[in-house]
Amino acid sequence: MTVFAFYLFAALMIASGAFTIFARNPVHSVLWLILAFFNAAGLMIIVGAEFLAMLLVVVYVGAVAVLFLFVVMMLNIDFAEMRAGFMKNAPLGVAIAVILLAELVLGIGAYRAGALELGTPDGTAATLVGESNIESIGALLYGRYLFLFEVAGIILLVAMIGAIVLTHRGTTNPRGQQDIAKQNARRPEDATRNVRPEIGQGIEL
Amino acid sequence: MIGIEHYLVVSSIMFVLGVLGIFLNRKNIIVILMAIELILLAVNLNLVAFSAYLNDLTGQVFAMFVLTVAAAEAAIGLAILVIYFRNRGTIAVDDVNRMKG
Repeated sequence: MTVFAFYLFAALMIASGAFTIFARNPVHSVLWLILAFFNAAGLMIIVGAEFLAMLLVVVYVGAVAVLFLFVVMMLNIDFAEMRAGFMKNAPLGVAIAVILLAELVLGIGAYRAGALELGTPDGTAATLVGESNIESIGALLYGRYLFLFEVAGIILLVAMIGAIVLTHRGTTNPRGQQDIAKQNARRPEDATRNVRPEIGQGIEL
Repeated sequence: MIGIEHYLVVSSIMFVLGVLGIFLNRKNIIVILMAIELILLAVNLNLVAFSAYLNDLTGQVFAMFVLTVAAAEAAIGLAILVIYFRNRGTIAVDDVNRMKG
């Protein structure tokens, strides 16, 4: 059963990864990417990393992929024009990809043949006995890796500020923004006029 | 039984698909960003597989940090993309030479 689930998730993930890069429409690409994330979460659950799997679904599918979807749908892009040069780059890209895959598989084969030593962990970061995956990760994260955890928070803060600063339009917003100095400099005698029109004569504007 | 080699092969294929995506969609920076996400996903899968098979949770903690950096990178990249589109009216990035870098 586990083997079947592994092959199902792996095949679906690779297929959706391929569709992500080959899809004609970037909206379809994002949706295939979401499917790839779900299948990766399934693979992580099979191997026993439940917390990372849930994090992948919540953070990636819930935030990053939806952000991609927003941007793709917000920008009015000529997708057909984007496809130009697809076939021109294909031979080089496929060649490099095949070479890279061959090298990686060669490395895995060398490991399998026993030519590589992985090293053994010292056991200080092992899953705590009788605790769940998330409790063990929490003990490690809020203990040994506390400062790295805080640095990760600072990275997110900087990214958030950077994204806001980059996309903020400032005071040249066409919708108009409040100019407080102009408001304070406005005097009643410049803005209003006192007239006493004759009855039946109409008014002069 | 599923060994670690299975996971390594699957994540290698995902990694290569991401690299191929960068090469194939040279013009479309949105798909390039998605290909980078695929690469980071492959790396995360690798880290989690090793973490599980060696019974050492450091790999999962590291995968979490990779996730953090990937989220920050996606946010900044898409922000740059939005202001680029606002200035140029297109996102074709094969002729980005405004800054003459």
